Amino acid sequence: MRDEVGQRPNFGFLDRSHTVAPPTWSRWLVPPAALSVHLAIGQAYAWSVFKPPLESALGLSGTLSALPFQLGIVMLGLSAAFGGTLVERNGPRWAMFVSAICFSSGFLLSALGVYTHQYWLVVLGYGFVGGIGLGIGYISPVSTLIKWFPDRPGMATGIAIMGFGGGALIASPWSAQMLSSFGTDTGGIATAFLVHGLVYAVFMSLGVFLIRVPPDGWTPPGWSPARTTVRRLVTTANVSARNAIRTPQFWCLWIVLCFNVTAGIGILEKAAPMIQDFFADTATPVAAGAAAGFVALLSLANMAGRIVWSSTSDLIGRKNIYRVYLGVGALLYLSIAHFGDNSKPIFIICALGILSFYGGGFATVPAYLKDLFGTYQVGAIHGRLLTAWSTAGVLGPLIVNAIADAQEHAGRTGPALYTTSLYIMIGLLAVGFVANELIRPVNSRFHEPAPAEEREPLVTKGDAS
Amino acid sequence: MTTADHGSRRTGLMVLAWLWVGLPLAYGVYELILKLTQLFVG
Repeated sequence: MRDEVGQRPNFGFLDRSHTVAPPTWSRWLVPPAALSVHLAIGQAYAWSVFKPPLESALGLSGTLSALPFQLGIVMLGLSAAFGGTLVERNGPRWAMFVSAICFSSGFLLSALGVYTHQYWLVVLGYGFVGGIGLGIGYISPVSTLIKWFPDRPGMATGIAIMGFGGGALIASPWSAQMLSSFGTDTGGIATAFLVHGLVYAVFMSLGVFLIRVPPDGWTPPGWSPARTTVRRLVTTANVSARNAIRTPQFWCLWIVLCFNVTAGIGILEKAAPMIQDFFADTATPVAAGAAAGFVALLSLANMAGRIVWSSTSDLIGRKNIYRVYLGVGALLYLSIAHFGDNSKPIFIICALGILSFYGGGFATVPAYLKDLFGTYQVGAIHGRLLTAWSTAGVLGPLIVNAIADAQEHAGRTGPALYTTSLYIMIGLLAVGFVANELIRPVNSRFHEPAPAEEREPLVTKGDAS
Repeated sequence: MTTADHGSRRTGLMVLAWLWVGLPLAYGVYELILKLTQLFVG
C-alpha cells in the first residue's frame, strides 16, 4: 500500500492523512488522547507488585524477576530512539495503535508464559514486545501536542508526561487488588496479566480513535509565532532528527537531562531506607510505614512537578527553568547533606523539591527541543534524547547503591552512608547547569532549507475526516 | 450537520474523554493519599 506519490505506505484509518482534524475539532481533546496512552504505559513503574508473587510461584530470584522490567526500560529507550522517525512519518494514530498492540500483547504473552511455567515468555512478552510499546507510546503524542499548543508547549507535554507518572499510581493498587482477588499462584498471576492486557487495550483505544493532527498552517486563534520567538532560543526554523544529533545543543541537552534524571533517581532509588537511616539515631526515628508514606509523597511531587514546572517554563523560558532544576536542585542536595539529619521537615521539603525537579526535567524537555529544533521532527529528536534517560537509569542507582554498600562495609551508619553520593549528585547537577548555560540557538546550517518544499504535504484536499 | 450539533457532540466527547482518563487517575491519587497518611501516623 503506497500513497499517491509512492513515497510512503498508506495505513488507511491509521494513516496520518486520516487524522487531520476538521475545523470544529477542539485541541482540548488531544491531551486526554495522549493521557490514555501515557497512563497505561506508566504501569511499567508498578512492575514491582508482580515480583514477589512471580518469585514464589515460579521459584525465581530477585534478579530474574526484575528482568522483564529492566528489558522493558532498555527497549523503551531503543524503540524511542530508533522508532522516532517512523512515528513522525506515519503519524500519532499509527504510533498509538502500535503501542497499544505491543503493550497489550506483552501482557497476553506474559499470561501464557506464567500459565505454562515458561518464564522466558514473560521476559519476551512484557520486556521485549511490551517495551517496544512503551517507547513508541511515550513519544507518540509529543509532536502532535506541541503542534496543537504552540502557545503553551510546556503545559501540553507536561500533561502527557505527568500521565506516565500517574500510570504507576493507578496500576500499583489496581494490580495488587487483582492479585489478592485471583490469587498469587500461576493461575492467579496469569489471569491478572490477561485482564491487564485486555483492559489496557480498551483503555488505550481512546487515544487511537481520538488523536488528531492540526491542519497544515493551523494556529490557535489570536496567536502568532512572532509572540514566542521574542525569546532568543526559540526558533521558527526546523531541524531534522538526523541533523539535530550533529549539533552541540542536542548533546548539551542530553547531559542536562541525563544528570537531572540521575540526581532524581539518586533519591528515588533509596528513598525509604534513606529517610530511616538519616533519623535512625535521633529522638524521632522513622518507622517502615512512615517511610512508605514518604515514598508516596515523593511520587506525588514527581507527578505534580511534571505539570507545574513544565507549565511554568512557558512563562519564564526553558533555559531559565532548567537553571532552577539544576541550580536550586544542587542547593537542595547541599541542604540535605548539611542539615538533613537535624530536621525532618527540612529533609522532606528538600527531597520533595528534588523529585519535583526530576519530574519537571522530563516534562519540559520536549518543549526545549521544540524551541531549539522546531516542530518538524521534534518527536523523533525526543526519542533519541531519551537514551539519556536509559543512561541515567543505570547511573543513578549504581552510584547510590555502590557508595552506600561501600560505606556500610567501612562501618559507617546513618547519614554518612549517603554523604558521598549527595556530593556526587551536586557535582553532576553543576555539570548539567554548565551544559545548560552552553546552549545557544542552533546554527542555521542545520536548518531545513524550505520545509514546505522539502516535506511532502501531510494532507491533500478531501483527506480531512 | 449544523455547527451547533457539532458543538454539542464535541462537548459530550470532551466530557467522556476527560472522565475516561480522569477517573482512573483520581483513583490512583486517592490510593496514594491513603498511603501518604502513614507518613504522619506511622
